Amino acid sequence: MSVVDRQEWDVIVVGAGGAGLRAAIEARERGARTAVICKSLFGKAHTVMAEGGIAASMGNANPHDNWQVHFRDTMRGGKFLNQWRMAELHAREAPDRVWELETWGALFDRTKDGRISQRNFGGHEYPRLAHVGDRTGLELIRTLQQKIVALQQEDEKETGDYESRLKVFQECTVTRILKDGDRVSGVFAYERESGRFFVLEAPAVVIATGGIGKSFKVTSNSWEYTGDGHALALLAGAPLLNMEFVQFHPTGMVWPPSVKGILVTESVRGDGGVLRNSEGKRFMFDYIPDVFKEKYAETEEEGDRWYEDPDNNRRPPELLPRDEVARAINAEVKAGRGSPHGGVFLDVSTRMPAEVIRRRLPSMYHQFKELADVDITAEAMEVGPTCHYVMGGVAVDSDTAAARGVPGLYAAGEVAGGMHGSNRLGGNSLSDLLVFGRRAGLHAAQYATGPTARPTVDDVQVDTAAAEALRPFSAEGPVPGEDIEERSRPPENPYTLHQELQQTMNDLVGIIRRESEMQQALKKLAELRVRARRAGVEGHRQFNPGWHLALDLRNMLLVSECVARAALERTESRGGHTREDYPAMERAWRRLNLLCALTDPTGGLAATDPVRGQITLTSETTEPIRPDLLALFEKEELVKYLAEEELYE
Amino acid sequence: MSSYKARFKVWRGDVQGGDLEDFKVEVNDGEVVLDIIHRLQATQTPDLAVRWNCKAGKCGSCSAEINGRPRLMCMTRMSVFDRDETITVTPLRAFPVIRDLVTDVGFNYRKAREIPSFVPPADLGPGEYRMMQEDVERSQEFRKCIECFLCQDTCHVVRDHEENKQVFAGPRFLMRMAELDMHPLDAADDTGLDRKRAAQDAHGLGYCNITKCCTEVCPEGIHITDNALIPLKERAVDRKYDPLVWLGSKIRRRSS
Amino acid sequence: MATDTEPPGTEDHPLGGVRTGTRAAITAPHLRTDRWWLAPAATAAGLLAFVVYSTWRAFADADYYAAPYVSPFYSPCLAERCRTMHAGPNADLFGSWWGISPAIIILIFPLGFRLTCYYYRKAYYRGFWLSPPACAVAEPHRTYSGETRFPLILQNIHRYFFYAALLVAGVLTYDTVLAFRDEHYRWGHMGLGTLVFLVNIVLIWAYTLSCHSCRHIVGGKLKHFSKHPVRYGAWQFVSRLNGRHMLLAWASLVSVALADFYVYLVASGAFDDPRFF
Repeated sequence: MSVVDRQEWDVIVVGAGGAGLRAAIEARERGARTAVICKSLFGKAHTVMAEGGIAASMGNANPHDNWQVHFRDTMRGGKFLNQWRMAELHAREAPDRVWELETWGALFDRTKDGRISQRNFGGHEYPRLAHVGDRTGLELIRTLQQKIVALQQEDEKETGDYESRLKVFQECTVTRILKDGDRVSGVFAYERESGRFFVLEAPAVVIATGGIGKSFKVTSNSWEYTGDGHALALLAGAPLLNMEFVQFHPTGMVWPPSVKGILVTESVRGDGGVLRNSEGKRFMFDYIPDVFKEKYAETEEEGDRWYEDPDNNRRPPELLPRDEVARAINAEVKAGRGSPHGGVFLDVSTRMPAEVIRRRLPSMYHQFKELADVDITAEAMEVGPTCHYVMGGVAVDSDTAAARGVPGLYAAGEVAGGMHGSNRLGGNSLSDLLVFGRRAGLHAAQYATGPTARPTVDDVQVDTAAAEALRPFSAEGPVPGEDIEERSRPPENPYTLHQELQQTMNDLVGIIRRESEMQQALKKLAELRVRARRAGVEGHRQFNPGWHLALDLRNMLLVSECVARAALERTESRGGHTREDYPAMERAWRRLNLLCALTDPTGGLAATDPVRGQITLTSETTEPIRPDLLALFEKEELVKYLAEEELYE
Repeated sequence: MSSYKARFKVWRGDVQGGDLEDFKVEVNDGEVVLDIIHRLQATQTPDLAVRWNCKAGKCGSCSAEINGRPRLMCMTRMSVFDRDETITVTPLRAFPVIRDLVTDVGFNYRKAREIPSFVPPADLGPGEYRMMQEDVERSQEFRKCIECFLCQDTCHVVRDHEENKQVFAGPRFLMRMAELDMHPLDAADDTGLDRKRAAQDAHGLGYCNITKCCTEVCPEGIHITDNALIPLKERAVDRKYDPLVWLGSKIRRRSS
Repeated sequence: MATDTEPPGTEDHPLGGVRTGTRAAITAPHLRTDRWWLAPAATAAGLLAFVVYSTWRAFADADYYAAPYVSPFYSPCLAERCRTMHAGPNADLFGSWWGISPAIIILIFPLGFRLTCYYYRKAYYRGFWLSPPACAVAEPHRTYSGETRFPLILQNIHRYFFYAALLVAGVLTYDTVLAFRDEHYRWGHMGLGTLVFLVNIVLIWAYTLSCHSCRHIVGGKLKHFSKHPVRYGAWQFVSRLNGRHMLLAWASLVSVALADFYVYLVASGAFDDPRFF
């Protein structure tokens, strides 16, 4: 059976968003032959959706900014649950990563003196986001894409082949990471266009597949965000960290229904947009939590003054971290003060002249005009929370981005956990991609081109992976180990299963969580898991979306279970995890990370029992924060987050 | 909220052949063509191949031809059609078809590779770049491009003449050349690379007869023809068709 | 289950283009349902009307001067056979050997300017040559080489016609100034014709300055606007005009024909120029 194409590479990067491309560039520049595999066309990755900017303390807009301030903001945003070393590296290296983009041709908006302009964003003390209008993600992905092309042109000059050292396999999907003993040995993938299987052999694999939003109904994420990397890592034996933390972006479109969830950038608020309820009240002033009381304006007048004079005024509460704003909007809608379509009003039309709005927020203007027939220069937008980002992810070593427990496996970007703690600040995602994408590429290349012998690919694993991938085509047929009754049922429609999964996660493990609902969700997930084994598809292997979805279901079910289990376990509210039954943040929980691992590491996915499931949860205590980093904070602030014993250690 | 049944014709098939198939499908308020295609997938044709990603007009994946016009499916609202109109959706007709609405857009990636990349100035390190807003604005407009390749699809130079694909980069990549030529810090000149001449000689700028279909179909509203292609043609004129310059270079060659 | 995924062999359709073998098998040259033919048809009709009118007037060699107005088709008048126009745009550069209408000498320049204009090129490539007739509508030609070869490569000399057009516009401005006289050449008068000439000259200048070559020359060719603030300002001004290049092209085409027609009416005695003062 294993007559699949095989190729040898040094480093394989799964995913071609910001992190994947940055990793590939680094690996190739360090001399490793690098292959990039991505589900979409090259340059279409979800990174293009990022609008606001890249957070980096370059200090162009406010000279007081430096990496320590950025580090502090990041830790506060993440409610101190961040893997502090990652937050430190991120804050220190982000400016270099941004400047480097300019040498590859990026054109950011400029300050008056010709430097990179920086804008305000939620949770950032100073204007910090390098941006290009509201299409920064597009600029980032295009710049990296063009840098890859530049490297390929160099290779072509030298070897006559553009793809001799760096190749992009576009519209291909990895379904399994292959292993040689403990170590990574390659990946098993299929090509969408033809449906053909192939194996890439390599000692190092960088996972950079982004997030899991497609498990939720209302999401700003595209179809690609099916948690592939999370699942691949789990299946390869690497644990996932803190999967309960899912960020609901406070401002997604709520109408019309077909675009529900599509993002409305935070820059709308950063540039002066305000949130109002149906009574016309700027309700955010009522939702400033104690830990942030000193940092935010108490009156509308002070908040408004801040845009002009940020040194002598406090920022308006519309710019609180995303979790706070999302919860506030949720509460307003629940209290019956929502907009006609179940959101709240986000208004720039009364705050800025129409011409300024069109210049500063061109794609938002365009988006609302085209999709909702709303002119944002004349009327308010209706917005509500939308599933946007997962803070949890593959547990990695802070410095090397190496996944725990699986030599040769690396993870960077949204798929990696730890960096953002319990809640990510806007703008920290793009910088995260660059900083840890580079680190993952660097260490993967060092590992792959190092002295160790190349691993070999096991034919049995390839055959098993091929059989698993082909199963949806024979869903009607008998499956060993299943009873007769099971066999006689018709195949399931993968689209229906997906919709049920999204509804379940949205309703039962959404923005506000309750114990009973999550238990219900786990039951439903177990049922879907059984039915998903019978997901059948029509047609053939050539570009068959039904088949692709059937395969992605495995991944979505795995990560959804991780989210639900971890959320059930964490009996407190923090950042992107809000429990109605445990509404307070508990200092004791700060030191605890929840790790998800596969219950049956031999790869069997049979576990249908909702109690046991496929995932085993363990809890571990984190390393104490380094004293010099702790010293960056005032004692009074630390008291709010850290347990007594941590303070005096 | 009102919904109705719309009549659709969707091209289905592959490189061996295919045809327009008729469908009747439900349409709700505020939906776009891509929603309808998704509804077809979920309810009638689970294997209908279509490329899409962001569904917000930002990634440029869902390019197709709707009633014969190159458009993004996610940005074409159903409300622009009459309720009794039959809506025809076909794949892009300038590129080889793969399956159903999915085409092989490899042409564009090959052309992208042939465009000489940005040349960083040798004397400036990272963080030392200083550029004025007015100097970056022209190239920034071109960098709004989401690479949906609708301009490449509609351009008759390659749409109607397959053989020209060898010699013509297409509006998207000629615009890329203009972008780099207008980049305030691009140092191509220092390395002996003349982008203006290259656009004319190697990438087929002369094939463009500025009939502006690229501009007409651009979902980002980039003024491809007026701001990129024509300025690039004018720059090439500076190099190649200015008789004074030409005479000067002849004389210099004689005397040396 | 799985099918053979090897790409099948393909043959080329004799028609090529959108019907090339590898492309989606659709035989219709286009599937547009709107009235796509309207724009090219209207363009062709408009241009044709102008060509017919201007040919007649250019070869007529008559009724082009009615003091103080000189037809823009005959200005400047460069042959001996030209009518003497008091202080008008006479310059006998060609002498007596030029035997046909003197309009032909000078019309070359505005004609060349408009023929190589980026807007008009679009208009007649679409309207007359059907290359393409409209977006995503297949063109009828088997091969296409665009502006890469003779004669169309000559479109690249547009900017020299632009320089010439500047001179012509200068002369027409002079003519407009002369129109502030009465029929006895006394200054400080105005008639309906003066108004026609004023409108025409404003549109001629607006069209000429909105030209893409002009936009390039005043600032478009620069790499750093920030180092040339005056030219940047000029470029911004020209860019704004350039955004209306099509509109100005048609408006000035109509106005120049009207100005000529007005002179014809007055010169031929069909109409008396109403004098304001």
